[in-house]
Amino acid sequence: MIATRSERYVGHLFLLALMIFTVLPFVSIFVTALHPSGSLPSGFEWPAEPQWGNFLEAFRVAEMGQLVVSSSLIVLGVVPVSIALSTMAGFAIGLLRIPGARWLLLLFVFGLTLPFEGIVIPLYYLAREIGILNTRFAIVLPLIGLFMPFGVFWMRAHFANMPVEITESARVDGASTWDLFQRIHIPLARAPIASLAILLSIWTWNQFLLALVLVEDPTQRTMAGALGAFQGHYATDIPLLCAGTIVILLPTFLIFVVLQRQLVTALLQGSVKG
Amino acid sequence: MKPDSSPPTDLASSDRPTLPRRRVGRRRRLDGSRLAGWLFVAPALLMYGLFVLQPLFLTIQYSFYDWDGVGPGEWVGFANYARVFTDPDLIGPIVNSFRLLIFFSVIPVTLGVVAASLIHRIASSRFGSTATTVIFLPQVIPLVASGIIWGWLLARPGIVNQVLEAIGLGGIARAWLGDFGTALPAVGMIGIWVLLGFCTVLLQTGMAKINPELYEAARLDGAGWWAELRAVTLPGIKYEIGVCLTVTAIAALAAFDIVYVSTGGGPGRATSVPGIKIYIEAFLQRRVGLASALAVALVLLVLVVILPVQRLTREDST
Repeated sequence: MIATRSERYVGHLFLLALMIFTVLPFVSIFVTALHPSGSLPSGFEWPAEPQWGNFLEAFRVAEMGQLVVSSSLIVLGVVPVSIALSTMAGFAIGLLRIPGARWLLLLFVFGLTLPFEGIVIPLYYLAREIGILNTRFAIVLPLIGLFMPFGVFWMRAHFANMPVEITESARVDGASTWDLFQRIHIPLARAPIASLAILLSIWTWNQFLLALVLVEDPTQRTMAGALGAFQGHYATDIPLLCAGTIVILLPTFLIFVVLQRQLVTALLQGSVKG
Repeated sequence: MKPDSSPPTDLASSDRPTLPRRRVGRRRRLDGSRLAGWLFVAPALLMYGLFVLQPLFLTIQYSFYDWDGVGPGEWVGFANYARVFTDPDLIGPIVNSFRLLIFFSVIPVTLGVVAASLIHRIASSRFGSTATTVIFLPQVIPLVASGIIWGWLLARPGIVNQVLEAIGLGGIARAWLGDFGTALPAVGMIGIWVLLGFCTVLLQTGMAKINPELYEAARLDGAGWWAELRAVTLPGIKYEIGVCLTVTAIAALAAFDIVYVSTGGGPGRATSVPGIKIYIEAFLQRRVGLASALAVALVLLVLVVILPVQRLTREDST
C-alpha cells in the first residue's frame, strides 16, 4: 500500500498521542498510589518516599484473596454453562435449521439491545423469592440468561457458515444428530468457542450492576462489584483508593498482557457479529 | 419485534441458507430430528426465558402499579408513565442520556474515523500493532475502574487541572465532576476515553478490508485526504460505523457504572441518567412502579435510537 513519508509521520504521531491519552491515567493513579496513605497529593508528582507498602495494605483491606476466589467462582459458574447452552442452541438454529429458527434468532437478538436496567428490578424480587439473594447464584443464574442472546448469536454465525458437505457426509455415514454435534461440529468450533469464553469471562468479571443490587457482601461479588464497594469505603483516602484500584485491576492486566492478540480480536469480532 | 424490522445485529453478513443445505434439512426433519433440534435449543431458551424475558414482562407489569416492594401494590394505570415524562426529576435523566450520546457516541465515532484514517496505513507495522493493542486497554478493565481513575484525574488537585495550569489555563481549573456546568461533559470525557480506542481499532480493521486499488485510483485522480475519506473510506466502512454507533449508543443511554462511581448522578441532578434514577427509585426510595416505568421507557428509547442506525448502515451495504 502506498504511504508517503508525511503520511507515515502524521500516522505515527497520532498513534503516539492516542497511546499517551490511554496510558497517562494509569500512570497518574500509579504515582498517586505511592504517596503516604491518607495524604492528598497532586495528580502527577513523584513522592519523596514511595510507599510501596500501600499496595500490600490495599491487598489486605480489599481482601484481595477472597475477591479473586469469589470472582473466579462466579466466572466458573457462568462461562462453561453459557458456552454449552449457546453452542447447542447455535447449532440447532444455524445448522439444523429447525422450524422457526428465524423467529428464535430474532427473539435472542432482541436481547442484545436490552439494557440490564430493564430487568434488574424484578431480578431482585425473583432472587429474593427463590432464596438466592445475597448468594453468588443471584449473579450467576441471571448472567447465564443475559449471555444467551450474544452466545447464541455468536455460535449461530459460526455454524451457519460451516460447509454443508461436512454435515451431509456424516449423515450418510449414519451419524445421529447428537454424534454430528459432539463428534464432528464441536471439535470444528474450537476457535469461536475459545473467543466466546474470553469475552464472557471479561464481561462476568467486570459486571457491576447485578453485583451491586443482588449481593450485599463485597467478598461474594464480582471484581467490579467489589471495587465499587472499596471506593465507597476509601473514597477519602486517595492514595489507598488508587493502590486498591491497581491491585484489583492487576489480574485483568496480567490476562491482557498474556492474551492481548486474542482479546483484541475476540472483542472486535464480538462487536461486529453481535 | 416484527420479522421485517432490522435486527440490531448482523443478520445480513452471514449468508442465507443455500439450496442444497435446505434440502438436507428438510429430509432430515422427517426422521425425528425436528424434536432433537428443539431439545438443543430448549436449555438456552429456558435460561433466557426465566432470567431475561420473564423479568422484562414483570418490569412492564410493575410499571402499572404503585408498589413499595413489600405490601400489596395498587393498580395505577399509566400514571407512572405520565410522571416519567412530566416530572423534571425523571425526564431530566432522559434528556441527560441524550446529551451523553454526544460524548459517548458522536465524538468517539467521529474522532475514531479521523484517527483510523490517519493510522490505517501504518497499523500493520510493529509499532502500529502494539499501539492498537494499547489503545484497546480501557475496553478490558471494568467501567467502575475507569470511573474511579477519572474521578481522581478530574478532581481539583488532579492531573487535568495540572496540565491546564502548565499551559497557562489555570484560570478555568476546577473540580470538573463537582461543577454543575461541567459535570456532564466531564462524565462524557470518561466515556470518550473508554470508547475512543475501541472505535478507532474497529474502524481501522474495516478500512483494512477496503480494496487498495480504490485508494490508488483516488490518488491518480489527485484526491487529497478529505476527498479520499469521503469517496473511498467512509462508504467502505459504513458497516463498521454502524456497529460503533450501535455499541456506543447503548453504552450512553444505559450508562450506569461510570456515573455511579464518578458522580452518583450529582451535583444536584446534573449527571443523573436513567440507570442511576432507576437504581435510586427502585432500591433506595422503594418506588418500584415508578422505577419500572422509567426502565420500560429506557428499553424503548434504546430501540428507538438503534433501529434507525441499523436501517441506515445496513441497507445496500456491500
